[in-house]
Amino acid sequence: MIVRSHFGVLLIFAFFVSTVFAVLLRDDVREQVRFGAALFGAFVLGAYALGWLMYPLPL
Amino acid sequence: MRATTIERAQGAHPLLVWIAAWLVPGAGHLWTGQRLKGLVFLVMLPAMFAIGLALHGRLFPYELDQPLVALAAIADLGIGLPYLAARVLGVGGGDVIAVTYEYGNTFLIVAGLLNLLVAFDAFDIAAGRKG
Repeated sequence: MIVRSHFGVLLIFAFFVSTVFAVLLRDDVREQVRFGAALFGAFVLGAYALGWLMYPLPL
Repeated sequence: MRATTIERAQGAHPLLVWIAAWLVPGAGHLWTGQRLKGLVFLVMLPAMFAIGLALHGRLFPYELDQPLVALAAIADLGIGLPYLAARVLGVGGGDVIAVTYEYGNTFLIVAGLLNLLVAFDAFDIAAGRKG
């Protein structure tokens, strides 16, 4: 399996972790979907925000 | 649904449920009557572990002189039977020069840790602490 895109791997990782946490922490299906979507969005937006914050830093 | 879960949970020893849940992701929730949750864990956690292997991640050895490596090894073991199957099949050697090596490690470690969390959740259900 070739996934060379960092962002692609981030999306896959966020999807799996969000789904497991949503199913684990919420009992109602509608709440699971809502919580999972919020968690997924937080993962992706958080990664973007951290990426931009680190952008000016030297390697 | 709630009554069914508690009734089923009362018939199972929490430690046995934890062991089943650790060995087979989702088995603890299936055992205690939470079928939908169990099926989701049964699919998602081994899939995450398999993706970690496909991304050239490494199943870390138990090297106690390197504490972080030993902790990663314990986390890898958290996924249960898929870990043992990977060991038997000789996969999970890791390819350190692969672009996705660190991502693979992250998938493997997080899959194991999530399964431990799921197993403790199943333990709590079986112990009657959670519906």
